[in-house]
Order: sequence, then structure tokens, then C-alpha cells
Amino acid sequence: MEKNDKSMITKAIGHVSFVMRKCLFGILSIGPVPAHIAFIMDGNRRYAKRHALHQDSTNPGSGHRVGFKCLISTLQYCYEMGVKYVTVYAFSIDNFKRDPQEVQSLMDLMKEKIDELLTEDSVLKKFDARINFWGDLQLLSEPVRLTAKKAMDMTVHNKGPVLSVCVAYTSTNEITHAIEASVREKQENAPIEVSDLDRNMYTAGCLEPDIIIRTSGETRLSNFLLWQSDFAHLQNPNPLWPEFSLRHLVWAVLEYQNVHGYLKKRKGEIEKNK
Amino acid sequence: MIEASVIASPILGVVFCLLHVIVSLVHAWSHLVHQIQCLIISSGLLSKYQNINLNRLRHLAVVIDSEDAKNKSKVHQLLCWLSDIGVKYVILYDIEGVMKKSDKAYEKSSANPSETKCMDFAPNMPLIFDMFGMTVEIISYTDGKEAVAKGANYLCSNYLKNQDDTLNKLGPKFTEPDISSALKAVGHDGPEPDLLLVYGPARCHLGFPAWRLRYTEIVHMGPLTSMKLSAVVKVLYDFSKKHQNYGK
Repeated sequence: MEKNDKSMITKAIGHVSFVMRKCLFGILSIGPVPAHIAFIMDGNRRYAKRHALHQDSTNPGSGHRVGFKCLISTLQYCYEMGVKYVTVYAFSIDNFKRDPQEVQSLMDLMKEKIDELLTEDSVLKKFDARINFWGDLQLLSEPVRLTAKKAMDMTVHNKGPVLSVCVAYTSTNEITHAIEASVREKQENAPIEVSDLDRNMYTAGCLEPDIIIRTSGETRLSNFLLWQSDFAHLQNPNPLWPEFSLRHLVWAVLEYQNVHGYLKKRKGEIEKNK
Repeated sequence: MIEASVIASPILGVVFCLLHVIVSLVHAWSHLVHQIQCLIISSGLLSKYQNINLNRLRHLAVVIDSEDAKNKSKVHQLLCWLSDIGVKYVILYDIEGVMKKSDKAYEKSSANPSETKCMDFAPNMPLIFDMFGMTVEIISYTDGKEAVAKGANYLCSNYLKNQDDTLNKLGPKFTEPDISSALKAVGHDGPEPDLLLVYGPARCHLGFPAWRLRYTEIVHMGPLTSMKLSAVVKVLYDFSKKHQNYGK
């Protein structure tokens, strides 16, 4: 009886929260809502240290597990708000330099969470979302690579919003890959243009990000979406990634709405001159 | 239902405006705090800001909104400050190339024009000259993606020339050092800035060459018209205390 009461209360709270979020997002949508938000999910390890989470040689990924929960809630809020594309920087090629146990733990976690995202009650299913994996996937272990491919194949026809996960990714690697592909195509005298490089980027077909958020207050992009971020509003809120919540997301959108006119104008001028 | 939406819309509109008033108030407060910090720094009360260790700052970039960049005296003033502080290499960027066209103004306005050696203006190439013992490189949007396309064409022509090579039969395979070499060959091999200051209404790099931004710390300074020496000093001091993992 008590368990039933508790689950009813939880459901009721969930419904009320959902309605309040709908109102809030309705208010925000009076101004421009970003179509694409990208996140550098920085701060998982510091969060684990700060909160003395169980982080030893047997479980170096505890901070990342908490970070994944935050990703799911952030995705939900973004999709409810009407954000069409969400991109996250999950694992950089530079991250392979970390302790091998941590790297292996992250790979195992990634496989586990990709499988979780494909279950019936996941946020991707709820919103009929499509998932992409961008990066040099050949650098991943085979189980992770196959799971990622399975996820992309299973969601390729979904009509809803898009989650793009940058894994084994750096921008300079992406640009190199795009140049290779462009050279492979160009066998006649026609020169390679910027549009050819755009077409061969991992991000081809996706709108450029309107906002790039790096949590934990760090001010660099760390080789993330450098080619695509010409007119992105760069934000670096202080909370660590697992601390990033709805109010931080709302604040990010309000900040974006403040500068949207200026960025749209600058972008338009460049497009006109092309 | 229609009546409900007629009532709700203005209420939502009022709440929307209220949210943005809150954002403006928070910005005003941050600005006030920043002004007080700048005042304290410029008073010389804090000795830590007097001798900043610039060992880690080999290259500094400054992105300036093109409208602000038309204010040549402000840009020149900024360069003077950076030179006085001890910065050795500055990359100036504005999206439209306003500063490239203005480079002669910096030459004429320097105390000793012979200290400023200018190259001829070429809109699609970086402009590099010395000023007050500091190297100044001026670039614009055409030095970004278009430069990478030029580098790609350079690699492509080399690849096609060596088509008989066994390795090439497997298809083109380039490394990041190959791309860097190609950019050097086509005259776009500028260094990666350690720190980038953005002068303008928003924290946005406005198309600064992507290949050079990998680990650059990016700081928003506000409009150029209200630039302060103490604000620059503060940013350089904060940078000198930064630590990067580079992914580890």
C-alpha cells in the first residue's frame, strides 16, 4: 500500500513538473529558441572527487555515471523546449591518453548506456529521436563500435529530434577526414571548395550550433566543433556537468536570446558575401 | 478557450520580459563588480597584477567586431597596451577584413614609423608586421575555411602528381601534420593562440581560423569602445594561473 502511495505521489509530481516546464518553455518560445545546442560535458571527475563518490581502480567511471543521468534530463528538457539538434562531446581522441583503466571503464559505460538509450522507456524512444555518432569510430573497441552502429541503424528513420554524440572525435581530425574525402572525390581539374569540405564533415546535413555550452567554467573549446562554431554563442557556466540543471539551461537560452539578433546579422552578412 | 489564450498571451509576454529584465540586472551587477575590480587593479594596490608572468602566453589573438574595428585609434591603443605589457605576438582578427585595410594607419600613427614594417595589403592572405617590438598578424574570414580549402587543393595536386606511388593506390591518406604543412605551403601557417580576447557584443569567435583554435582560452571583453587596460591585465593574470589537461 505504501509503495503504491509513493509511486502515485512520484507520478503526480512528475505530471506537475511537466506542466510547469511546458509553461516555462512556452514563455521562452516568445523569443528565438535555439535549433541546435552543443554541450562539452566537463566536470564529471571533479564532481566525483568533490562528492567523494566511490572512485577507485575498480570503478573509475562513477562521476561519468552521474554525468549520464544529467545528460538524459538535459536531453528531455531540450526536446520539450523544441530544440531540434543536441550534440554532446562524449570522448575526445585526446582522452585516449588517460589511464587505460579509466578509458576501458568509459568504453564499457558507453556501450551500456547506448544499449539503455535503445530501450522502450528511454528518452530517444519517447521523442522518436535519431542518434548519430561522429568521430573516428575505428579507434573504438569493436563492441562499442558495433553497438554505436546498431543504434544509428535502428534510429535512422526516426522523425524526431537528433542526438549527435561526438566520440573518438576532434575537430582537426574531422577536418582532415573531410579533406581526404574531398580529395578522393576530386579527380578532375575542378578545385576543392569550402562547400565540398562542408559536405564531407561528420556534421553534414545538421544545422550549425547556435550555442556551445562548456560546463565547469572552462573557456576553451578543446578541439570541438571548431569548423561549425563560426556564429555560435559560446557559454561557459560555472557548474560542473552533473550539476547542470533546468535553470542553467533556461539561463543559457535567455543569454542566447540577448545576442541572437547580433549573431544572425553577422551570419547573414557573410552568407551574402559568399 | 479563445478567451483563455487572449488572457494568457499578455501574461506570458510580461513574464518573458520580466525574465529578460532579470538577465539585464544580473549583467549590470557583474559589470559593476568588474568595474570595481578594474579600479582596484589600476590603482596598483594589488602587487600581483604588477608583474605578470607571460611565459605561457606565446601568442595572443584578439577578435574584434568589424564595426568596432573601424575605430583605428582604439585598435592602435590596444596594440600599444599589449606591447607595453610585454606581449610578443598578437593576431588581430575581424570578420570583414577592416583591420587589414587599415594596416597603414597603424604604421603612420606609430611614434617611429621605421619600427613598423608593413607588407602590401592582400585581402585573402594574412598581413604580418612588426610594431613596437611586437609581431602583429592581421587576418580575416578568408584566412579561415577558404585557407583550408587552398590547403586541400595543394594536397590534392600533390596526391594526383604521385598517383603512380603504391601507397597512393590505396586512396588519399593525410595526417594532421600533413594539413599543417599544406597550410604553411599556401601561406596560412600562423601559430595557434594560447589566449583569444573577443571585443564585441557576444562571446563568439566569428569565424577565426578553426585549425588554430584547438586549445585556445576564449575570453569575452565586451565592446571595444569601453576597453580598459586593467581589464586586459586581469585577463592576462588569470590566464597565467590556468592549467590545462589537454584531454588527460
